[in-house]
Amino acid sequence: MDSYDAPQLTPRQSASSRPENYFIGATPLQKRLESVRKQTPFVLTPPRRKIPQCSQLQEDVDPQKVAFLLHKQWTLYSLTPLYKFSYTHLKEYSRLLSAFIVSEKQKGLAVEVGEDFNIKILSKSQLPSENREGKVLWTGWFCCIFGDSLLETVSEDFTCLPLFLANGAESNTAIIGTWFQKTFDCYFSPLAINAFNLSWMAAMWTACKMDHYMATTEFLWSVPCSPQSLDISYAIHPEDAKALWDSVHKTPGEVTQEEVDLFMDCLYSHFHRHFKIHLSATRLVRVSTSVASAHTDGRIKILCHKYLIGVLAYLTELAIFQIE
Amino acid sequence: MSPQKRVKNSQAQNNTSQGSNSRQTKLSAWKVKRDPSDSKHISKHGQNSPMEDYEHVDDQAEDALQIAVGYFEKGPIKTSQNKDKTLERHLKTVEDVACKNGLAPEGIDILLNAALSGKFGNAVNTRLLKCMIPATLISEDSVVKAVSWLCVGKCSGSIKVLFYRWLVAMFDFIDHKEQIKLLYGFFFASLEDDALCPYVCHFLYLLTKKENVKPFRVRKLLQLQAKMGMQPHLQALLSLYKFFAPALISVSLPVKKKIYFKNSENLWKMALLAVRQRNQGPSPEPLKLMLDPANVRPLKRKWNSHSVIPVLNSNSYTKQCGKKEISLSDCLSNTGSFPLEQLQSFPQLLQNIHCLELPSQMGSVLNNSLLLHYINCVRDESILLRLYYWLSQTLQEECIWYKVNNYDHGKEFANFLDTIIMAECFLQEGFYSCEAFLYKSIPLWDGLCCRSQFLQLVSWIPFSSFSEVKPLLLDNLAQLFFTSTIYFKCSVLHSLKELLQNWLLWLSMDIRRPMMNSPLETTLDGSMNSLSKLIDYVGWLSTIAMRLEGNSTFLLHFILDFYEKVCDIYINYDLPLVVLFPPGVFYPALLSLDTTILNQLCYIMHRYRKNLSAAKKNELQQKAKPQFSFSSKTYQEFNRYLIAMVGCLWTSRPFEKGIYIDPEILEKAGIAEYKSSLNLVHHPSLLSYTVSFLLQGKKWNWYLNYLFSEGLQGLKLFIRSNIHRSSIPPIKERIPQQY
Repeated sequence: MDSYDAPQLTPRQSASSRPENYFIGATPLQKRLESVRKQTPFVLTPPRRKIPQCSQLQEDVDPQKVAFLLHKQWTLYSLTPLYKFSYTHLKEYSRLLSAFIVSEKQKGLAVEVGEDFNIKILSKSQLPSENREGKVLWTGWFCCIFGDSLLETVSEDFTCLPLFLANGAESNTAIIGTWFQKTFDCYFSPLAINAFNLSWMAAMWTACKMDHYMATTEFLWSVPCSPQSLDISYAIHPEDAKALWDSVHKTPGEVTQEEVDLFMDCLYSHFHRHFKIHLSATRLVRVSTSVASAHTDGRIKILCHKYLIGVLAYLTELAIFQIE
Repeated sequence: MSPQKRVKNSQAQNNTSQGSNSRQTKLSAWKVKRDPSDSKHISKHGQNSPMEDYEHVDDQAEDALQIAVGYFEKGPIKTSQNKDKTLERHLKTVEDVACKNGLAPEGIDILLNAALSGKFGNAVNTRLLKCMIPATLISEDSVVKAVSWLCVGKCSGSIKVLFYRWLVAMFDFIDHKEQIKLLYGFFFASLEDDALCPYVCHFLYLLTKKENVKPFRVRKLLQLQAKMGMQPHLQALLSLYKFFAPALISVSLPVKKKIYFKNSENLWKMALLAVRQRNQGPSPEPLKLMLDPANVRPLKRKWNSHSVIPVLNSNSYTKQCGKKEISLSDCLSNTGSFPLEQLQSFPQLLQNIHCLELPSQMGSVLNNSLLLHYINCVRDESILLRLYYWLSQTLQEECIWYKVNNYDHGKEFANFLDTIIMAECFLQEGFYSCEAFLYKSIPLWDGLCCRSQFLQLVSWIPFSSFSEVKPLLLDNLAQLFFTSTIYFKCSVLHSLKELLQNWLLWLSMDIRRPMMNSPLETTLDGSMNSLSKLIDYVGWLSTIAMRLEGNSTFLLHFILDFYEKVCDIYINYDLPLVVLFPPGVFYPALLSLDTTILNQLCYIMHRYRKNLSAAKKNELQQKAKPQFSFSSKTYQEFNRYLIAMVGCLWTSRPFEKGIYIDPEILEKAGIAEYKSSLNLVHHPSLLSYTVSFLLQGKKWNWYLNYLFSEGLQGLKLFIRSNIHRSSIPPIKERIPQQY
């Protein structure tokens, strides 16, 4: 892109979307645009990724603290950077948000914003006599793990938390999301996971070393036919899946696109041999492993504490791709 | 050899079922062994498994096939002792190649001939016929030749049956069927053969056209039916005949029956699948990444209230902080601000521009022209970024062709795009979010949905390097362009004209700035390069479109509109650029049957002349900037066009240079005396003017004035600027003689 630096002599005062006229060097917006132009629309994923490892970061995290993240179904959203968000004002946000929720719902609800920025809604008991803790109705949390590519192009006014996970009634998500959109001028979009990325998840999660397997590896394919769609479920003993993966896997510590394709092709051809159904012609909608399970409509359940960071890093990547 | 390479090999091979099988077998033998039916595959590929020199192996197979085909062509050599062995070896070679890649038309021709000529035994013939699998197509001649063998009684009944079954199976792969259709009578006569009858029926069922249905054939079929009883294959043919000629057949036939023929093609079923896949070619892979019905969870419109664009609201957050006056208000920098709700007029905006309170959601500015003014002159990058994020996401979320089954919101999306386009027109500038959206979404666009909006967005793409825009947008657009209707082509050309205009305006604004220590000079060169590439690209599109649409006048109007912009760049926009149109546009316009086209062409040529003269003049006056001088090629090209035009219209000596037309061709076309037939009097597009002029009985030297008075302004300008008339106008002398 051409950039001209002649601020004083500009004949017209400004341009709506041409910040480079006024700033020497690349501004965040400009960097962002360059990345858009350079990126051909479909080259969305790197051809190789690391196999999730049990990282140092992971070990530092108190298992108690992350326990509430596990074994729960989370609905995924991508989120554009928050404008003028400040970590020092969490208490104030909590107050404003609960006021907003009250005005929206006219109900007795309490909002608790945790230190690490998750929100819980507690139902306040209408009965004054008891002093017990309210039941958690809704939980949501913001997350950004290894989102460096996005952070590079975000200026200091913005806070980048591209992944949002919610558990609870969608009406609550809607109210809270609306408040965030109004307050920080951000935008929530549901984060769907397409079959391509589900295959990646299947491969990466199968590749994880497990001490003991908690669940079978299961795939769900959907055949679009009317009036009702046909679902094909395909369960494999996790050790068999791992054995298959090991036979396909060549590069230590990494997963490549070829390996993912090969892994899925093996499953397809095995299935075809027995049932004469070409699964490759159907649509992969769900993948469950002992590490986590993910559904194409953007719901995820993380089962294994050890690989939490790895799973979230991949989801962050998907969220960043969606907002780029 | 690395495992990745192997995979690539097998992928590159083809997409056939064999391809995927070979992929699977190279994996661990995981669970494969149990299945006996597959062990064959494994062992078969086991032979090939030294994949190191895969291509080499392929070459060898090719040679072996040639030898084998040669062998079958010559026929068995009687004296050879190990005749059986050689035969077996060659037969095996043919079978292997046929199964794997199919046979070329020439190979099929020879082998079919061999199989039906009776040179070999029945068993060999059967095997040969079974492996007549085409690589792509079968030539019609081979089939006709083969049919001719059926008449000489060299092949047995079973071979004939197999041949007909093969014919039915391969029907779709025969390249032409004209000659085969001529043999209809022969095939029909073969119905007499009881063994052949079902297969011939099936073949005729595929072959029959309305003209084949004749009363004597109907009689014959009914006769056969009477003889053999209600046979499904006869019924099929009869019902087809009845479909074509209901009057000829009065017998009632079962209506509902669907399956008339036993699946006689099942011998080749797998092979056919492979051929079809080969013929279709590999499907483009990457699309499947995004074509997934990703938005299965259509986002709750409830979230964002009723409309897509947020309601204009001053910072709700500040309001709620209200009187508490906490430190938060500092971070929002809104001390003593002017509330948005009170902003009603432009003077108000001017007075309070320094302390205007910003909306809580930047997207709301789209509906407010005063705020659009504001963001047009604001220097705060974060405002633009907020708008960018919001607009990018909203476009992505609302875009209806991302959603598989959700076309309900079509109207709403179109309205949203209209709002954006209005804002862009207001600002005279495109949003970068829209540019990114276009790049992302055009590969999925069907060319129909929100067409007008989409193409308008194209014309607002901010100026950027052509080499960047081309692969992301124009190449995709070109695919739609070539495959769509003429109206689509015209709309695309129109929006590209607008794009050019916007880029020109943008650049001409930039260039008027005094050049300080900026790298503008090199940049200007680059910008001009981008512009000229865009114009060349449109020239290329136009040339092909003209051929596709048979030199349509309608299309030509849009093309010339584009060049009307192009020819005036130097003078109107003060940019050092003159690009001429390609011959594929110039000549059809010159020879067009439409007066307005000729008139427009004259105007464009006139303007080109003006621009080029101005450029030349500037160049002579100030030699300071030699990098802006045009190459002499442009002048030469222009002169060539000019000579052609003047030669055509005025001096009646068209195309003396450059184009050579063989006199024989002209003679054949009956226009040996073509020279004067393109001048102002005889030019097909002006002929009606000549006639009506003659009817008015005026003097010849008034003819030009008559044309000018009819509104041909372009022609007038062209003649005035390019033709020096001597005191006696040449037209006066020549034209009456010709009449």
